[in-house]
Amino acid sequence: MKTKSIETIKKPETVLIKPVKGWVPLNLKDLWVYRELIFFLTWRDLKVRYKQSVLGVLWAILKPVMTMVVFTIFFGNFAKIPSDGVPYPIFSYTAALPWEFFAAALSVSARSMLASGGMVSKIYFPRIIVPLSSVMANLVDFLIAFVILIGMMIFYQITPTINMLWLPAFLLLAMVTALGVGLWFSALLVMYRDINYLLPFITQLWMFISPVVYPSSMVPEKWRFLYSLNPMAGVIEGFRWALLGTQQSISGGMIAISSGIALFILISGLFFFRRMERIFADMI
Amino acid sequence: MSNLAIKVNDIGKKYNIFSEVNRYQTLREKIVDTIRSPLKSLLHPTGSESFWALRNISFEVERGLVMGVIGKNGAGKSTLLKILSRVVEPTEGSVEIRGRVGSLLEVGTGFHPELTGRENVYLNGAILGMRRAEIDKKFDEIVAFSEIGQFIDTPVKRYSSGMYMRLAFAVSAHLEPEILIVDEVLAVGDAEFQKKCLGKMSDVAGEGRTVLFVSHNMSAVTRLTKECIILEHGKMTMRGPSHEAVDYYLSHDYEKGGERRWQAEEIPADAEPFKPVAMRVLNSKGQVVDSIRSVDPMTIEIEYTLQRPIIGLRVGIYLMTMHGEFVFTSFDTDDPDKFNQHAERKGGNYISRCAVPADMLNEGRFVIGVNASVFRVKRYFQDANAVVFNVNPTGAPGMHWPEARQGVTRPRLGWEIVER
Repeated sequence: MKTKSIETIKKPETVLIKPVKGWVPLNLKDLWVYRELIFFLTWRDLKVRYKQSVLGVLWAILKPVMTMVVFTIFFGNFAKIPSDGVPYPIFSYTAALPWEFFAAALSVSARSMLASGGMVSKIYFPRIIVPLSSVMANLVDFLIAFVILIGMMIFYQITPTINMLWLPAFLLLAMVTALGVGLWFSALLVMYRDINYLLPFITQLWMFISPVVYPSSMVPEKWRFLYSLNPMAGVIEGFRWALLGTQQSISGGMIAISSGIALFILISGLFFFRRMERIFADMI
Repeated sequence: MSNLAIKVNDIGKKYNIFSEVNRYQTLREKIVDTIRSPLKSLLHPTGSESFWALRNISFEVERGLVMGVIGKNGAGKSTLLKILSRVVEPTEGSVEIRGRVGSLLEVGTGFHPELTGRENVYLNGAILGMRRAEIDKKFDEIVAFSEIGQFIDTPVKRYSSGMYMRLAFAVSAHLEPEILIVDEVLAVGDAEFQKKCLGKMSDVAGEGRTVLFVSHNMSAVTRLTKECIILEHGKMTMRGPSHEAVDYYLSHDYEKGGERRWQAEEIPADAEPFKPVAMRVLNSKGQVVDSIRSVDPMTIEIEYTLQRPIIGLRVGIYLMTMHGEFVFTSFDTDDPDKFNQHAERKGGNYISRCAVPADMLNEGRFVIGVNASVFRVKRYFQDANAVVFNVNPTGAPGMHWPEARQGVTRPRLGWEIVER
């Protein structure tokens, strides 16, 4: 009945539990030990999302496509916003892709800690996994929607250049930003629940300070530097440059600044999250 | 540390009462508070009042020991377990833990109703800290243990609560932790499930792993654990061999139970003129207790008021096990002489006392019901679940064998062994 397997006697690890004052070390090693949990939670998020909705995977495509259609009609056709010489639909879709990814990842990861309250108050695991896997799950949506972009590039006969190799770097920049901001908000949301109402508003404002519906070349030269402090400006312009070959109105140096800012948000977010982590179980 | 599984050094856990009542603030409130009284807000970042759920707790648990943690509700048992399982951080002190900690209070954590049984096994396993390969290896065993069979690919939202519980438990039971934490108080589920919990615990202990067992069931504690610690108001008041600890605990009667008082609104109008006041379980010293030793006699008393005389009244008790089997029914006028003597009970305040002899009940939890009626005329009052009490087997016949004895009663019978 009971299979008594010959277990390898490995020395059990000793864990020291004690209160930590001030800023807590990140303890990324622990994250590595629990790497499979990141996968499983990502997979659960996706599975549940697609199982519960009739349209399933189509949602991942529908959202950016609808965004593009509305933007093209109102901003492209009616408002005649310039699009750096490429057709407005693909101009806006190339931006809608990373933007939708960022906005969805931010909103899901920010609420993730509260949503997993049951787990958090019962079991130990590195809490960072919760917002992290929310971001990862949205990455899959992004990849699905990306297929449409390839179709549009074929339709508009846009030949990809060698610049395309930079695309993963810009995607990473978007992930870093989403996770960084998501970490800040998910920890804050546990303490101050009214941030929940603030979040959609912040996301909306953020979209308008990012070049989603307009090219950043519209932004006056003297404001460019300030403008590029927004990491998502770098991400979106980077996407257009890598895929559509548009003129870079944000220089490489500015992209570097964007990346630096994104990294700063992520690292400060990690530390803030870790610092707040110990009171999560008490608060939730 | 070589031979220790757990080493607790003077830990304490402080909670803010503020955060207990109103667990979270809104940012708006925080901002308003800061503007109103900037200094106060700076000096006292969170609520002012706090209490120690746990303080000055130090103990060591050797590897392979099965240790009980006892104490009444609110004594800090759950807080201690949460600290040991790293869910909450102690406010002071430290804990050293050697090996993986699994706990049967996490049963079903992270289960998602939309996912199938199979998917949930993997997900739950990962949450509990199992490797994918490990789950792969044990998957068939888990399914067999849970008796889910072909429903393993059905979303768990279609499971009965029993199936859900069995599957969830099967995953936890296969975690094979070096240290297992069992909190019986939190272990929801039917008697069958609880039995499985305890069974798994004995298995784990038999394999030389360390077990911490938290329970209100003193008989289970004495049977399953070697040593116990007692928590009282967040302090550790005793550590010792389980029999001594349980004795100490029971004799100090930390659990205020063993008494049922009826409020006016709980008494139906047709009970008139019978008015129940209280029912109590008393030990031999006349103290109200909710735990009694099998080897001690006990008294069950019913206090009531008659607003008018009743002819032919009988007041009595039912004794039942927690599974609802009747052990006996007895009335205060079962004796024909007594019945004649109290043929008419006048208005006034009464107590009917029933002496239950020693060496009668086996260990376990029992329920006493009350009945006041006139045979074939009227039932004035009945409460089938008035009082619950525990029977502790310490000192009962056959206790030198640490096994659960079948049967509801545990009489001390006369045996002789003759050679012929």
